[in-house]
Amino acid sequence: MKLLHYTSLWFLVALFLILLVWAGSFYFIMLDEIYDSMDDGLENQKELIIQKAAQDPSILKRSDFDEGNYQIRKIPASLALTYRDIYADTLMYMQVEQDFEPVRLLTTAFGHQGEYYELRVITSMVEEDDLIEDLLFSLLVLFLGIIASMVILNDLLLKKIWQPFYLLLERLRNFRLDDPQPFYATDSKIEEFRLLDNSIQKLLEKNVQIFNDQKQFIENAAHELQTPLAISLNKLELMVNQPMDEEQLTLAASVMDNLERLIRLNKSLLLLSRINNQQYAGEEEIDLNAVVKKTLRDFSDQADYKNIHLILDENGNVKTKMNPDLAHMLVINLVKNAIVHNHPGGEVQVFLEDQALTVFNTGKTEALDETRIFERFYKQGSDGSSTGLGLAIVKAIADLYGFNITYHFDERHEFRVIF
Amino acid sequence: MKILIVEDEPDMRRNLAQSLEEEKYVIETASDYDTALEKVGVYDYDCILLDISLPDGNGLDLLRELKKLNKAEGVIIVSAKDSLDDKIKGLDLGADDYLPKPFHMAELHARVKAVFRRRKLDGNQSVQLGNLTLDLPSRNVTVGGTELVLNRKEYDILLYLLTNKDRLVQKTSLAEHVWGDYIDEADSFEFIYSQIKNLRRKLRDAQADIEIQSIYGIGYKLHLP
Repeated sequence: MKLLHYTSLWFLVALFLILLVWAGSFYFIMLDEIYDSMDDGLENQKELIIQKAAQDPSILKRSDFDEGNYQIRKIPASLALTYRDIYADTLMYMQVEQDFEPVRLLTTAFGHQGEYYELRVITSMVEEDDLIEDLLFSLLVLFLGIIASMVILNDLLLKKIWQPFYLLLERLRNFRLDDPQPFYATDSKIEEFRLLDNSIQKLLEKNVQIFNDQKQFIENAAHELQTPLAISLNKLELMVNQPMDEEQLTLAASVMDNLERLIRLNKSLLLLSRINNQQYAGEEEIDLNAVVKKTLRDFSDQADYKNIHLILDENGNVKTKMNPDLAHMLVINLVKNAIVHNHPGGEVQVFLEDQALTVFNTGKTEALDETRIFERFYKQGSDGSSTGLGLAIVKAIADLYGFNITYHFDERHEFRVIF
Repeated sequence: MKILIVEDEPDMRRNLAQSLEEEKYVIETASDYDTALEKVGVYDYDCILLDISLPDGNGLDLLRELKKLNKAEGVIIVSAKDSLDDKIKGLDLGADDYLPKPFHMAELHARVKAVFRRRKLDGNQSVQLGNLTLDLPSRNVTVGGTELVLNRKEYDILLYLLTNKDRLVQKTSLAEHVWGDYIDEADSFEFIYSQIKNLRRKLRDAQADIEIQSIYGIGYKLHLP
């Protein structure tokens, strides 16, 4: 539910309740006022009739309402003394309406030349159901009117007022830390929006800054490590070419192995951060089928030795525009992953379709965690020689060019890239 | 052969100088742009190892100067930046080769020798050791005049080991040189061993004098006993 609709809904509910209470009070106050006024009228009539009776005693014989609005009946004096003015609602048959209609009735008594009479004066009354009906109808009209004006106001005014907010939301939704577009604050007259805009702008700038610093840091760190790594490796190489006994050589070999692992790791990190920092600019039209064939040739010795069968299925062509080095890196890392995490006698099948590359491999008989498989340093088991960065590099390249990469397990591990 | 090493890291410079001196090359060093510029102006070098990032200037600028002096031939760029840009620029400016740090010494020796061969400074285009001759243009190997048939990988291994004769060549270095940078998993070294075994058998069968020695899990050394 949108903010505007949400506030409007609550507003309407509240308004409905307020109007209901107001209508109730209004009805009773109104009714009270009407009764008051009718009763005043009846009292006035009473006085007029009593005055008239004094001049024209014939009316004292009017024992029926008939065409008039009063009736007079003689009553004993003892009874008359107990009379007070009584106003009451009653029903009376009305010729006009052909129905019993509510009337206001004043019952009183008066004396005339020693005799006592009971006087009943009526006046036609407001029809309460009609009044309620009218009132409800008016209320409904008012309510609908308010809803209509609210919708129009929402549409025109509120939407206009909240526009900077929705603009901000839209820009936030499209914002990507790894591809930040300049984030301009909107120029709103409303202080809160301006504040929100400025705060978000500052927050994003800070985040982009941190993100870039971190990216740059990894690259710089990997970079700075290259020279000391090179010096150490070369010094060790010079050392093992000196006369050494077996024990010393074995120790040196172990140091060298670990140093080389460090060098590989560092190279992969550098590559990964360079991909993320978009430093592979030059794009060319790449025939990926050719890249796949070359890669499979390069790996054929290794696969043969491990007794892994490499199969190429060309059912289509993949042609895409990308950096040639990254194209090789993508295929190499996929194929290498498939060979390394395999077992003797297993197979690697590379399946090429139009704009899709799938690499199947035998290996572990259970699925890998597909949510983590492309993470950096996610290792399947404790394979010491693996850097744990191969698939992260594949993913980074795929992300860079907007290729879709998925992992699936169905007896074999399956990595599919759609270009 | 005269080699100039332009490198600002003292340790790196010493490493390179020490390793290359073992090959009886004449080594001169420069630790900064100005010294290097001065030296290349005065002397001629058969090969220049050029570090791109120098404290007082860019190695690529030095390369431009060399090109002006018509001395850019034989330059091997050595860089810790390993940037594609630098590589392309360097090669465009006439450098012979590009070697990203860190590298194995055996690889450096192979590149230096390749430069000499390309510049035809070695005289003939073959490598000879004992009764074995390896002809580079035709990729023919003969032992005592009889042809020894090797597959492509065996030939590459033999050439690399010959280039680095009497030097311990690490298996990683060998694997990267012959199979490319990406073949770096531990189990691949077992398979190098099997390739070496085949090569040894072929050499023994052909009665070659040379011997490929295995050195305690580090690598191999080719020598003439």
